[in-house]
Amino acid sequence: MSSSRGISKKFPLHIVVFLAPATLVYTLFMIYPLADSIRLSFYSADETGATYFAGLTNYIVMVTDPDWSGAFWNSLKNNFIFFCVHMLVQNPIGLLLAALLSLPRVRGRNTYRTLLFMPTMLSVVIIGFVWQLILSPLWGVSETLLAYVGLEDWFRPWLGEEGTALVTLSLISVWQFVGIPMMLIYAALLNIPDDLTEAAVIDGANHFWVFWYVKLPLILPTIAMVSILTFVGNFNAFDLIYAVKGALAGPNFSTDIMGTLFYRTFFGFQLQIGSPTMGATVATLMFLVILVGVLFYLFVIQRRLQRYTL
Amino acid sequence: MAKRTSPISTAAVHVILLGYTVIALWPIFLILINSFKTRKAIFREPMGLPSPETFTLIGFEKVLEKSSFDLYFFNSITVTVVTLVVVLLTGAMAAWALSEYRFKGSTWLALYLAIGIMVPIRLGSVSILQLIVDLNLINTLTALILVYTAQSLPLTIFILNEFMQQIPKDLKEAARCDGISEYMIFFQIILPLTRPAIATVGVFTMVPIWNDLWFPLILAPSDGTQTITLGVQQFIGQYVTDWNSVLASLTMAIVPVLILYLLLSRQLIRGITAGAVK
Repeated sequence: MSSSRGISKKFPLHIVVFLAPATLVYTLFMIYPLADSIRLSFYSADETGATYFAGLTNYIVMVTDPDWSGAFWNSLKNNFIFFCVHMLVQNPIGLLLAALLSLPRVRGRNTYRTLLFMPTMLSVVIIGFVWQLILSPLWGVSETLLAYVGLEDWFRPWLGEEGTALVTLSLISVWQFVGIPMMLIYAALLNIPDDLTEAAVIDGANHFWVFWYVKLPLILPTIAMVSILTFVGNFNAFDLIYAVKGALAGPNFSTDIMGTLFYRTFFGFQLQIGSPTMGATVATLMFLVILVGVLFYLFVIQRRLQRYTL
Repeated sequence: MAKRTSPISTAAVHVILLGYTVIALWPIFLILINSFKTRKAIFREPMGLPSPETFTLIGFEKVLEKSSFDLYFFNSITVTVVTLVVVLLTGAMAAWALSEYRFKGSTWLALYLAIGIMVPIRLGSVSILQLIVDLNLINTLTALILVYTAQSLPLTIFILNEFMQQIPKDLKEAARCDGISEYMIFFQIILPLTRPAIATVGVFTMVPIWNDLWFPLILAPSDGTQTITLGVQQFIGQYVTDWNSVLASLTMAIVPVLILYLLLSRQLIRGITAGAVK
């Protein structure tokens, strides 16, 4: 209804001109490859490289064959741990920083905001190397720092040990990206009308009470959105693992996530030859995991929150 | 209400914020100062600032000599800038069409274009690589530009669409009454009005492209087409034991981004805080 020209019988040329370039590039380089990857995951290749339809064989192999399933379930589990560390550490810290920044009359809040967001702007690869150096036992910077507080015995080569490498990498990623939840939550807090909080303050409530009982319930939708962004972002964590640990995600695959598994399956490594069809299978499985997460968010969390805020 | 804030709690707030700021900046700072020190000083006094005795530029000299950092920079800038221009122009056009004209299937098209916000484009890499090989674009910057354009369009269109819906109707209707063509309305009236949103979207688009490792690694890994992120990754892999070179190459990758960030930070932060209003 906004345009009388838009309802003419012949489809107006200018609409096509406006929409065509973006739609074409997007379709050709995003939607087509995604759809084609899903198609490829139902195919197999013989020795000559010719592909043939194989139904669900690749999927069955991936989740049950001993050569594949170990790596697959391991990477899925690691992805889940990676996500949990972000949910338990990154988002609470982001919430705390945002809550402090949004308090009335905090001097220098713009400077804090700018500086706290800085690591987020840098390349994951660079950050990976920076922390690799800092945690390196060769350099000993971390050990020295721990010694200041008398904890030098705690120092371990965290990135090199099977039991701690994944959590350490997750924390590096948390350190880098804590700015994102902080900013989004901060923005949501700024949008809360003052009269809502002032009423509580006049009744004698302190800032903590106001935050917990007035502001926090109001920003729950933002927290849900931050969570789903964290979930999807999780599947882009390839860069960090690859930079710090290489495609083999050592030690002993303890930092292998679905992104690195995808890369190895597709391009091959050591004795295993790369397989586009198996690679497509891993990608489609990642797609399914993301889909489940996004649908859960849309149909369970968001619905419930809407009812709650109304 | 601010009068109620006691000095103690104000101090506590600043202690926490300052503490976390130190945690956020210290690792970067440590890399920067050590890249200007001799190898001996790096290990003996890692926390110390470079002094006249320990100052050296040897790392930077080695990096410039052994790698083509200038070329990597040039590649990254080319890819980022060209993508940015293409995305902003085509994205703004599409967003305008979706927000302004009602036509059959416009809602579906908007939904279709939004799929890419939630689905990472990397999942299509197997077919993207095949497609790029078929198009004979492997190891070209064009391949990266096309893929990054597709990657950035969904969010760009989504944000600009929201923004354009707020443009007052009278402006467009007045122009239409004067018989100005739809193209002129877009380019001369709408595009200039969209500038603040375009700047925000621009920063959002730029950062992931500049920092990406995945697509340069699989689509353009050859020597002449490496971007800065891939170049640094390969360089460090090769000279991992040469601490001067490693620290210098990290510094060279960090500093330009930090300078650009400090210049644009106000714009960026305003964009994030405005974008989250919904």
